[in-house]
Amino acid sequence: MVAIASYPQTKVYPNTEQDIYLPYFAEIVDIRPMTALEKVFTIELPKGMSLGHRPGQFMEVSVFGIGEAPISISSSPSRSNGTFELCVRKVGDVTTALHNLKPGDKVGLRGPFGRGFPYENFRGKDILFVPGGLGLAPLRSLINQVLDERAHYGRVIILYGARNPGELLFKDELKAWGERDDVELHVTVDRGDETWTGNVGVVTTLFKHISIYPRNTVGITCGPPVMYRFVLMEFFGKGISEGNIYLSLERRMKCGVGKCGHCQINNVYACQSGPVFSYREIKGLEEAL
Amino acid sequence: MSLTILSKQAFQDFVARILADYRVAGPTSKDGGYIFEEIHDPAELCMDYPTTLLPPKKFLLPTREVLFKYTRQNGGVLKDAPEPPPTVILGVHTCDLHAIQLLDTVFCSGHFDIHYMNRRKKTLIVSIECLNPCDEHSFCKSMGTLTADEGYDLHLTDLGDRYAVDVGTQAGEQLISKYATTKAADKEDIQLLNAVISAKWPKFPYRLDFDVSELPSILELSMKSSLWQELGDRCLACAACTNVCPTCFCFDVKDEVELNLVDGQRVRMWDSCQLDEFATVAGGHNFRASRALRQRHRFMRKGKYILDAHKHLGCVGCGRCARACLVDITPVGVFNELYRQQEAGS
Repeated sequence: MVAIASYPQTKVYPNTEQDIYLPYFAEIVDIRPMTALEKVFTIELPKGMSLGHRPGQFMEVSVFGIGEAPISISSSPSRSNGTFELCVRKVGDVTTALHNLKPGDKVGLRGPFGRGFPYENFRGKDILFVPGGLGLAPLRSLINQVLDERAHYGRVIILYGARNPGELLFKDELKAWGERDDVELHVTVDRGDETWTGNVGVVTTLFKHISIYPRNTVGITCGPPVMYRFVLMEFFGKGISEGNIYLSLERRMKCGVGKCGHCQINNVYACQSGPVFSYREIKGLEEAL
Repeated sequence: MSLTILSKQAFQDFVARILADYRVAGPTSKDGGYIFEEIHDPAELCMDYPTTLLPPKKFLLPTREVLFKYTRQNGGVLKDAPEPPPTVILGVHTCDLHAIQLLDTVFCSGHFDIHYMNRRKKTLIVSIECLNPCDEHSFCKSMGTLTADEGYDLHLTDLGDRYAVDVGTQAGEQLISKYATTKAADKEDIQLLNAVISAKWPKFPYRLDFDVSELPSILELSMKSSLWQELGDRCLACAACTNVCPTCFCFDVKDEVELNLVDGQRVRMWDSCQLDEFATVAGGHNFRASRALRQRHRFMRKGKYILDAHKHLGCVGCGRCARACLVDITPVGVFNELYRQQEAGS
């Protein structure tokens, strides 16, 4: 044998037993119907487990036999006591199967995944929340976190829009927020009904009701895809800077771990780098908005 | 590198011996073409093949695999997937070798994918030097994949009546010393090897009109090119291009239920960014709704996004997508046209 140079060592692969695709079981302990399409599920973690999530992160939820879907966590870390909440719209196979479950039934869980809101950086600042429709589900996690450590933040302004009064989510909490002196809540619906006496119009029509000091304001939005560019225009119109605008983007996060490819926004995997982005981070991405 | 000589007969014997202890896959002839397939007899091998329909990727990332089995009884139980068999893949061309190195990076970094890793750890790769271009679609020389100096356990070069064997790893060294009867390369072997390799390089043409190092920047400046719409107008969204690609690794995951409705399994299968529903979320919104945007995404991945993320180009120049495309969308054509547009524009 002619030795020209020594060959490299046999390739060493990382030593791990952990299977990133293997869920664990957890029990649904409570189901609250919210609207015709949405229910809130309270899920109890296996004993001793803590979710350790950040507002804005999501879970991969399995109904075995149907499949797995990414669902944002709707409860705040400040209120997670071995349980957490998911606000789920019945819209696909997995979510329809979830709606058919009862308290005591089990689901599979992986997560939490993704990058949530850097809320420590918002301390000392005014926060302008603009959830649209089901976009309140992930933002509620952050809103309650902020309210539970209220003294750390400046003004809390919430502009919430839904399509009609029947689709308003978390009505009891909206009522409680509206009654607080330290929360400025404005609610609107696209179309009212005979009982509705509040604002009518899309969520951006609420911006005229508020005045802010943009240098010290963080603007946060989540909602249906069509909503973002209009809310952004309002944020810019109020003078909020790109780095102080945060958006939570919906994508098809199938694996949650940056492999399967479905959630890509250009070269960015939303499941890893998102779903929460600052506008500054995504403004160069053609496929983001 | 360390070099040894294996006669063609000794190679047949080597394959026959490893068949006793390994699952062995290699290029075989089928219906006038070639495929990678599990073999049971050395005679099935066609080591001197131009290209295969599918790359050897399928032995590391199968078209369909069980991630775990579940049962809904007793509060629910999950069972791991079965252990993969030890495998030797024979006759891998250097383009595919580069592709496997990319797959290794993707699945063995960040969040580790133990399903891929468990197979990869048990897989030995015996690659072979290409001595002639496979056809007009391959452009390995332009992509820098006409040779490979790592990624193989053993690397063969056909010297007529014998192979020169380059040992790449300790595992390769152990494989050949245990299963093969070799002889040391003498002066004449090395002269012949040098002559064969020297003769091969001029036979391979450069097909890109620019140096591959410029590809990422050409693509970056081509986001708004009119070419994407032209490709979108032609593309049938059949996903043949991604199905035959050695570097495509996107997948979908589905549950399959047994007839008793209690047991089942979660299955991973290849998916394609060219299919309409790839970026569609529940509720129906499609974040990449046009074929033009999906073609753009594919080529951006191949020449830029994957390179940025994993330090390996997402295209290895094998030409399989060009051969598979029913409407003649080819990477060489696309990359050269984008280059031409930029030259014309600047």
